[in-house]
Amino acid sequence: MREDVADPTSGRAVESSPFLLELDGIGVWLSGREILRDVRFGIGPGEVVGLIGANGAGKTTIFRLVLGLLSPTSGRVLIEGQPRPRRNRSVGYVPQKISLDPEMPLRSRDLVALGLDGHRLGVPLPSRHRRELVDEMLQAVGATHFADARVGSLSGGEQQRVMIAHALISRPKLLLLDEPLANLDLRSEQEVVELVARVAKDQGLAVLISAHDLNPLLPVVDRVVYVANGHVASGTTGEVVTSEVLTKLYGHHVDVIRLHGRILVAASPGLSAERGELEDSIDGTTADGTTADGTTADGTTADRTTAV
Amino acid sequence: MFTGFMVNTWIVATVVAIVAGVVGFFVVLRGSSFAAHAVPNAAFAGAAGANLIGASSVGGLLVFAIAGALGISFLSRRGSRDVATALAMVVMLALGALFLSFSNEYASETYSLLFGEVLGVSSSELLPTAVLAVVAVVAVVLFWRLLLLTSIDPELADARGVRTSRVELAFLVIMAVITSMSVPVVGALLIFSLMIGPPAAARSFAADPFVAVLLAVCLSLVTVWTAIAVSYLTTLPIGFFVGALGAAFYLAGRAHAGWSRKRVGASGAGASRVVAPLDDQGAVR
Repeated sequence: MREDVADPTSGRAVESSPFLLELDGIGVWLSGREILRDVRFGIGPGEVVGLIGANGAGKTTIFRLVLGLLSPTSGRVLIEGQPRPRRNRSVGYVPQKISLDPEMPLRSRDLVALGLDGHRLGVPLPSRHRRELVDEMLQAVGATHFADARVGSLSGGEQQRVMIAHALISRPKLLLLDEPLANLDLRSEQEVVELVARVAKDQGLAVLISAHDLNPLLPVVDRVVYVANGHVASGTTGEVVTSEVLTKLYGHHVDVIRLHGRILVAASPGLSAERGELEDSIDGTTADGTTADGTTADGTTADRTTAV
Repeated sequence: MFTGFMVNTWIVATVVAIVAGVVGFFVVLRGSSFAAHAVPNAAFAGAAGANLIGASSVGGLLVFAIAGALGISFLSRRGSRDVATALAMVVMLALGALFLSFSNEYASETYSLLFGEVLGVSSSELLPTAVLAVVAVVAVVLFWRLLLLTSIDPELADARGVRTSRVELAFLVIMAVITSMSVPVVGALLIFSLMIGPPAAARSFAADPFVAVLLAVCLSLVTVWTAIAVSYLTTLPIGFFVGALGAAFYLAGRAHAGWSRKRVGASGAGASRVVAPLDDQGAVR
């Protein structure tokens, strides 16, 4: 990474506000339904924050708020202490999964170059500076050896790296990653996590990374934001991922078990009277994909123990 | 073959082929093949209507093609794009049938609008065709990066402040423009095959988008030129040759893609790429 760019960027951010991104008492109502209530958390420069929750818990809504694709019903989204402008290029975004035809004539380097100026009119003129920037970014994410391959033909992990390069080339201060580990094999998962940690450190970048399972992110996240029932709980892993905090957040009893560096979050099996309801909320309460009674560890979870 | 009427045909067909290659590349890329079929059908209705009231046929083509494009864009924001496209097409085809039923020259008129007329290009059509061609190519150049970005992932484009639905609308209008200039020569049904066949083949041969567009234009030119020449010599319809060559190029592209994939797999290059760690960067500290 080019330090001359990264250093002043993070330096300035620290001066103006402790947080690069701050959600201040956000409430969101969509078609008569309350999606988020009094959501507040902040991310500082160089900080990696995990946004953890089940599908439909409100993670995507939070991303859409930060990207400016959705206006909150109440509260404010602040970027560097300022209200979020409508078009903000200081936020880089990697969507969950791009599905590209393997034959689409678009190479990794084309996709990364689009990150630089894809929103502009006209045809990009070939320039050495542009080419160097793209090469540099491809190298930074370890994508040099598939720079000229079609993006659609790459594996999930390779595509993630190219998408991260696409998001980073415009030198954002904040990077949003939507479920970057979904559908990745264990090896690619680990590589993407390492890459995120490295770029955050190198560029003084704030990173918000969403996942339904906290465990693969444990080595990189500085803090976590748990989302459930439209509410959030944020802090360090030690502060948030406790039986007490999560029980309050989910609205019923939750056990947190720490096991060989892994964290298992499970609804208590004791509440047999509310079994039906409990079954419905399994997705919401199980942070690591194990079943509600917390006893089943399938092949995948067993493998992950070694990863953490 | 290169005298009298035919000179006009060669000129217009060349212009049509170039624009069809450029626009067709994005039709294939964006998965808009169905729209590329629907818009010419709308144009067909416009030409039939214009003939009926004695207006300029290019004018009728343009008005109806753009109306069809706007209709597709408007309806697909409120529902499935497939259904919206089909609905717009059906309405336009129905209008075309109505207009033709009022006309005296039903059969020959329909035939030339649908399948094109090699000898039907008059000198007065040259200028409008050239103007529309320039408009279409300039528009594609102007929207180049936006068209690419929105083809990848609409969400990605939205996040960068790009209005995907507006880019889509602009693209449909570009498609309407190229359709309007092409229908008199290659016909409403065959402009579609020219926009799909050569670009679909080109993308199998080239990974670089620029190269793929140039290749699409080349294949499109070869298709049109060959079709005119053979059609002139054999008196068989030009449309048959355009369609057949387009399909042949497409199949060649598929074969090439399949073959190169197999080769990559056999040499193990693909496999080693997948497991390559973050070696050249060193480990994370």
